[in-house]
Amino acid sequence: MSSTTESLPFTPEEAAPPRNTAWRRFRRHRLAMLGAAVIAVLVLGSVLGPFVIPYDETYIDILHRFAPPFAGPHVLGTDELGRDMLARLMMGGRISLAVAFTAMAISMVIGISVGAIAGYYGGVVGAALMRLVDAVLCFPTIFLLLALAALVQPGLGSITLLIAATAWMEVARIVEGQIRALRERDFAVAAEVLGASDRYIVFRELVPNAIAPIVVSATLNVAKAILLESYVSFLGYGIQPPVASWGNMLNNAQIYLTSAPWLAVMPGLFITLAVTSFNFLGDGLRDALDPRMDQP
Amino acid sequence: MGSYFLRRLGQAALLLVVVSMIGFAILHLAPGGPLAQYAMHGNMSQEDLDRIAAQLGLDRPLPVQYADWFLRMLGGNWGTSYRDGQPVLHIIGAHLGATLELMLTATLAAMLLGCWIGILGAIRRYSVFDYLATIGAMVALSVPTFWFGLVAIFVFSVELGWLPAGNRETIGDGSLPDLLHHLIAPALVLALVETAIWSRFMRSSMLDVVGQDYIRTARAKGLPEWRVLSGHAFRNALLPMITVAGLQLPTLLGGALVTETVFTWPGMGRLFLDSIEYRDYPVVMGILMFSASLVLIGNLLADMLYAVADPRIRLG
Repeated sequence: MSSTTESLPFTPEEAAPPRNTAWRRFRRHRLAMLGAAVIAVLVLGSVLGPFVIPYDETYIDILHRFAPPFAGPHVLGTDELGRDMLARLMMGGRISLAVAFTAMAISMVIGISVGAIAGYYGGVVGAALMRLVDAVLCFPTIFLLLALAALVQPGLGSITLLIAATAWMEVARIVEGQIRALRERDFAVAAEVLGASDRYIVFRELVPNAIAPIVVSATLNVAKAILLESYVSFLGYGIQPPVASWGNMLNNAQIYLTSAPWLAVMPGLFITLAVTSFNFLGDGLRDALDPRMDQP
Repeated sequence: MGSYFLRRLGQAALLLVVVSMIGFAILHLAPGGPLAQYAMHGNMSQEDLDRIAAQLGLDRPLPVQYADWFLRMLGGNWGTSYRDGQPVLHIIGAHLGATLELMLTATLAAMLLGCWIGILGAIRRYSVFDYLATIGAMVALSVPTFWFGLVAIFVFSVELGWLPAGNRETIGDGSLPDLLHHLIAPALVLALVETAIWSRFMRSSMLDVVGQDYIRTARAKGLPEWRVLSGHAFRNALLPMITVAGLQLPTLLGGALVTETVFTWPGMGRLFLDSIEYRDYPVVMGILMFSASLVLIGNLLADMLYAVADPRIRLG
């Protein structure tokens, strides 16, 4: 092109701050954008929806039970007790999404802490922690979750904690690898030479530099937590009725599969939609934040 | 070679000890601990409980109890069920066949289908097929297995009436065609997630191999493309799949539990849920430890098999 362009040491695109490049790459990932949009709709719908629709999710209307969807005043029909399905799906969404986000946050705190300690100190402590991670990963998640859930009083808090307790191991593995590699880098050594405390080096220097894989696994952990909640609730050891969650709405659905299939279809669709969206979002974030991954 | 196997065996043994410690900890977290069964009886006084605890050695320090428990587990004494007093290992053994049947069928189906999808996706990279397969795998990994089972029952049993809605056999029949007829739906439901996993790994493995120098050499010496792909690329791309078989064992076992519940399949997963329902802690613990050991041994075998099949591994 023109001589002015040639005289520039690098093209404007290269000069753009990395954050913008990541954002541009993310926007190109159409499925991830779609996932983000669906998540926004689901979150807004379950937060604001119950204020908008005229039905209460716990109101039992035995005269209008098993009303089919898309016919009559109940847009998505009613369940076996005549409760409005749309209202229950929205309230269930609140519970399922809130449990998933909270469990994700807790699992990230545990995973980052374990991974950072193991990766930074290494040695016997690190080895012991990572063997613990390996050992917990030997248990199939659902088995472990159900066995633990059977030991405690089922409730919102306990289920959230248990899901977090079975979902932190992969994060710990990722963070451990990152921290172990980063602590040898010049900036970390420099901080050490300057007399910074271990805590400062780990949480101010190392963890922020590993933020890309952490963000990705946090997103994927939300998807995993939604699935796990639906599994334990479906099997009866998660969120207890009358509180609705997407999982426990499927609890009784199998009995009415012949007469009222929409009771089984709709909560499952919402779970699938939410989990797929978070998975696509995580995938897009991985491509955007870590460009080395998609170019073999 | 021998030293690699020994080292790997040592790692697995160490891991088994850590796994058993977790199991032991959960056992003691149970309300009432190992005495829960007796504590549930209303007419047991605290004195009685203390006496039983002493008789069973539960008043000893925890490390001693753990060592004792671990050695008994190794010796095959896994305790007895609260429900019918049968040995735990015996009960697990009675339910293992049904679960293995389900898992093996699903794995076989998933391997064939997943490898085919993965290879085709790798050969025609960024084609419409590849794109759809990628999206499909992601959706398959996001569908709750139990819900997919419900949908399958609704479509194939309720609406079409082609397949039975559950159980392993028609009572009083149990012939081979009858068994197979009952196996189709649960095996396919369990195979969904597995197929997605296999296809993803197969695709990336195939892409890795196709980029290697020896593939370029094979093409350069004028081999027809199908021979390059089937003879050189495919066989090498299959090698890492051995590890995948080991890695997805926990997912497979978890999926089997859920599938068995939906299809009232009389396997280990159903047994696990029933035992939780009855608060039958010895069986719950037994299945937990059994499945973890199965995963551990599966991973160990996969690693060793991989080392045998691929001589490059031993250097690492």
